[in-house]
Amino acid sequence: MIIEKTKLAFQKLLPATEPEPPAVEDPGEEVEEEKGKKAKVKKEPRQNGVIECDYAVHGYHLDAQVAPEQLIEAVTIVDEAEFFIESITGVDWIKEGQIEVVYDFSRYDFDTCRVVIRTRVNRDNPVVPTITTIYAGANWHERETHDFFGIKFDGHPHLIPLLLPEDADFHPLLKDFKA
Amino acid sequence: MSSPIQLQTDETFVLNVGPQHPATHGVLRVKMEMNGEYIVNAETVIGYIHRMHEKMGENKTYPQYLMNLSRMDYLGALGYSHGHVLVVEKAAGIEVPERAEYIRAIMVELNRIASHLFWFGAFVMDLGGFSPLMYALQDREYILDMLEAVTGSRLTYCYFRFGGLYNDIDDDFIDAARRFIPRMRKSLIKYDKLVTGNIIFRKRLEGNALLSKETCRKYGASSAVARGSGINFDVRKNEPYSVYPDFDFDVPVYHEGDSLARYMVRMKEMEQSLRIIEQGLDKLPDGPIMPKKKPKLIKPPAGDYYQAVETARGSFGVRLVSDGTKTPYRLKLRSPTYSNMHLFDESCRGMMIMDALAFMGSLDLVIPEIDR
Repeated sequence: MIIEKTKLAFQKLLPATEPEPPAVEDPGEEVEEEKGKKAKVKKEPRQNGVIECDYAVHGYHLDAQVAPEQLIEAVTIVDEAEFFIESITGVDWIKEGQIEVVYDFSRYDFDTCRVVIRTRVNRDNPVVPTITTIYAGANWHERETHDFFGIKFDGHPHLIPLLLPEDADFHPLLKDFKA
Repeated sequence: MSSPIQLQTDETFVLNVGPQHPATHGVLRVKMEMNGEYIVNAETVIGYIHRMHEKMGENKTYPQYLMNLSRMDYLGALGYSHGHVLVVEKAAGIEVPERAEYIRAIMVELNRIASHLFWFGAFVMDLGGFSPLMYALQDREYILDMLEAVTGSRLTYCYFRFGGLYNDIDDDFIDAARRFIPRMRKSLIKYDKLVTGNIIFRKRLEGNALLSKETCRKYGASSAVARGSGINFDVRKNEPYSVYPDFDFDVPVYHEGDSLARYMVRMKEMEQSLRIIEQGLDKLPDGPIMPKKKPKLIKPPAGDYYQAVETARGSFGVRLVSDGTKTPYRLKLRSPTYSNMHLFDESCRGMMIMDALAFMGSLDLVIPEIDR
């Protein structure tokens, strides 16, 4: 099963420093799990590592949080397992002073597995390495994310505005953006 | 008398296609570096009708955002609405009555045929054949009339609601749909004779713009672009959602990877959509179209949710990040044509310009959907 294989590969890359949070699998405890998760987000930030998620609830199977330095390695794992790139986007967590960059990958075959790779960077200086060297199709997705969040993709060959006007110096999806 | 200008053989020039050009089907611009008739390099410039739908999503409540989805893709709007309502229903835990899901599937498939019909006409027109467009629009008109009678609009539908539908279908619609199926089957045979067998048409498309599986994977292509390159990928089959597991239909896959394969996939897809509609009408259960219990204010619990659906243009995904309030914290729309168009730059190198325009037509572009 590709889910297990990919999970193992991620665990090798991201050795758990503390006992991993239990996977959301038992449908009976779903509500409690949700609550627990909510409370956890408020208390402490999530540790780097990979979680197996309930597909019926979240719509993806694996959720890996990595450090920006580990991103290339993490994306190489999914590339070697023949995943295709679905999208790249960001989420601005203004209260925590961080921006999350979210990478979605999925598969063409019937061994269905959706993988989400996230990485968090500081809001003042958001820089992550580019993955265009691995996935050529990341080019536009990264340019779009740069437009909307001002995240700098280090090593990107052509990081100019894509959807915004060519002289745009604003990033509309930041939570403190005022039109 | 001055001597004529001598062009160096290795000299290239830049040709600007668009943003106002009939072949680009909207405001899309491609900067092409040309060596005579051959493309050396191309850069697609998008964003001319970017409207920032994702920011609108953060400022509107969930029901207020419903109509935005149909402004993305004006040809196959219902598929996009379907993805949006599914992700919010999943997040907020809203049950959908079975009848509503069946009607949704029927409507989406009708809309898919309408979208493919328009693409078919426009694609053949790109290649220089005018009359198929007129036939295609006649059939499409039939679908639009049916959809208008139920949804109230012809293109920018706001038909799906969280938990169900805005309006139930009536006997008139069922009659019209039943009459439409044999008519459309006949039309497909007509198109086959008129266009698919045409030797000029085939000669232009066979071997045009070969896309490998690897290119599709690296760019995340979906729909007929992937299926024309031998990739058996259809979200309706790979990640079944809604009531699609109840239907018996095939996913047409062609292995050639050229523009003709992409054309064939879409033409065969229309037949499969007809099968789904037929089965949907047969199996259509009675019952309500809205759930009995529905939260007055939709506030999905905090978390991260994703839903992919197969629209007429490919795998459309909605990522919803909720913080438990009545507006989404973040709403990402992953549009399929965005990825499909992206591979154009790399793949059109070395092509002649008219081949590149045929290739562009075979991608089935809808620009508002790329730009969002």
